[in-house]
Amino acid sequence: MSGGARMLVVAPDPATPELARTLDLAGYAWKAVDGAAGAGDHEPEDGWAGAIVDATTDADTAWALLRSLRKHPDRRIPTLVLIGGGQLLELEHRDDLFDDFCLAPFHPTELEARLRHLLTAEVEVHSADLVEYGDLVLNLETYQASVDGRPLDLTYMEYELLKFLAQNPGKVFTREILLSRVWGYEYYGGARTVDVHIRRLRAKLGEERAGLIQTVRSVGYRFGQSRWE
Amino acid sequence: MLEQQRDYVLRSVEERGVRLIRLWFTDILGTLKSLAISPAELDNALSDGMTFDGSSIDGFSRVQEADVLAVPDPDTFELLPWGDPNAPEARVFCDIHNLDGTPFEGDPRQVLRRHVRDAHEAGFTFYVAPDIEFFYFEPLVAGQPPVPIDTGGFFDLTTQDVTGELRKQTIRTLETMGIPVEYSFHEDAPGQQEIDLRHTDALTMADSVMTFRLAVREVAARAGVHATFMPKPLEGVQGSGMHVHVSLFHGDDNAFYDDADGYNLSAEAKSFMAGLLRHAPEITAVTNQTINSYKRLVPGFEAPVHVSWARNNRSGLIRVPIPKRGNPTATRIEYRSGDPACNPYLAFSLILAAGMRGVREGYELPDEADANLFEIGDDVLAKLGIGQLPQSLAEALATMESSTLVQEALGEHIFEWFLRNKRTEWRAYKTHVTSFEHDRYLRTL
Repeated sequence: MSGGARMLVVAPDPATPELARTLDLAGYAWKAVDGAAGAGDHEPEDGWAGAIVDATTDADTAWALLRSLRKHPDRRIPTLVLIGGGQLLELEHRDDLFDDFCLAPFHPTELEARLRHLLTAEVEVHSADLVEYGDLVLNLETYQASVDGRPLDLTYMEYELLKFLAQNPGKVFTREILLSRVWGYEYYGGARTVDVHIRRLRAKLGEERAGLIQTVRSVGYRFGQSRWE
Repeated sequence: MLEQQRDYVLRSVEERGVRLIRLWFTDILGTLKSLAISPAELDNALSDGMTFDGSSIDGFSRVQEADVLAVPDPDTFELLPWGDPNAPEARVFCDIHNLDGTPFEGDPRQVLRRHVRDAHEAGFTFYVAPDIEFFYFEPLVAGQPPVPIDTGGFFDLTTQDVTGELRKQTIRTLETMGIPVEYSFHEDAPGQQEIDLRHTDALTMADSVMTFRLAVREVAARAGVHATFMPKPLEGVQGSGMHVHVSLFHGDDNAFYDDADGYNLSAEAKSFMAGLLRHAPEITAVTNQTINSYKRLVPGFEAPVHVSWARNNRSGLIRVPIPKRGNPTATRIEYRSGDPACNPYLAFSLILAAGMRGVREGYELPDEADANLFEIGDDVLAKLGIGQLPQSLAEALATMESSTLVQEALGEHIFEWFLRNKRTEWRAYKTHVTSFEHDRYLRTL
């Protein structure tokens, strides 16, 4: 059923009885952990097959864990987040932190169906490693950015910021969102850090392309145009 | 995060075919030092640091504890835009550690790191934007006075605009290295330029100032021009300063701004300024560390002489620029005495330490001095409680030596070495018989 004994990671520890029961009945091997450190410490040799993170009790810890799972150096771990009906707004701007979500309290059959879908869809994930916008290309595999075929020399944080923006063209992000999504909460420096890095990116993109990153007054920043506009 | 940054650096080196990586660090006097390593060594350097003999660097370790580690800060990795494009070189700033991994007390970058961290623990982020002045001269001829490459003045657009072209290339170079420029223009004196950098956090800015000085010289040298940050290279015209614009942020709010105040300055801003004013004479040996620095700090050349503040008076030590459209985030103060020959890590550390001392102890800000102080006699100023900055390196060193603030802020190692080194410089100067003396005395005495 679960494709051998590959292990799912579940957080927080202990899992709710409903979740534990659903996973056991569906035949998944799973391990409950607390937070990112726990997920790292208990990761099996062949890696986590997927993650189910319950955000209904402690949302901050849940998002932090999902964020750290996304930064896994070797593989992309498919993730599903459980949220309460009142938390739907929290999904906004966090699209890239999870692959699917399920409203809690959940129906066991629905969760089972979503997991099955999530874990089989996983096979096809490693495909497009290029982020392209006009003549700007970011190669996620090699960490290289270029404009019009000319390499762009960026520092790590500049690269991460540009990558995040270019993956979400047309969307307006506040400084706080950018700070938490690109730098992570542990970074100090405040939202001004974002302004400073945006200026550096604009400087490196050169005059003709400095307009790629627009300042949205009293809100934040937007990269290019939405593909839907 | 660190692991990913290292990966990023290693990958970039491979992808871009970087042939040489320069590990940069700064000695106590603010001279840029570089150790070059090959890409094969980089992985090792990023994880363990590179050992080198610290006693070979002036002011670093004593001979018996010679070895120190240069540990690259991967977030500062940049390709160098000059040099052979077929054999690219990169640089990365390093922190210097002792072999046991503790921060090395002779490393100015670690000193600034400590101050930035302390401010952060008190809830503040320290932002800095320097305006840097410098001169372009014709190639130097030994024994001859320097010749400016143009005769322009303030904001002049000269016809044969060599300087404009040089400035433009410099700015392009800086921007490709992630150092955004706010303004640049021809300054008041012949051959004198000013480039104003956009604000950033203090540590990044100190790194940027080091890069800036090298970039300016590199670009000029390729055009056969000598660029200098000497504070007062020519008599009778303005010298080169480095005015430092400073603001403190509390989270996302400018801690210096208060719209209820007549000056739009918060209590923190005022006590920060009071701290800077009270301790200014003590930190001057570091912000103005050469004998020549004190020839700039004289009346009549837009450099401060007196310890005072004002909104729009450029003879004061601290100016409070009026922000455009009353923008709260742009509220800042400008500390005007420093010059571009200083060590930016130590200068920013002391500006922050002096200001924060004022904030912590709630110093009272003296009244604004909005008159032109150059036109008022010293006796009148003394009555107003307005003192002077040290008049010479010797005086500045004596004032520094009695300062517990500077001693604590720099740490024992740097404090001691700096005083010893600069005293030696002063002694050498004192024994030198100058052309001033020959001209004045030789015939008549």
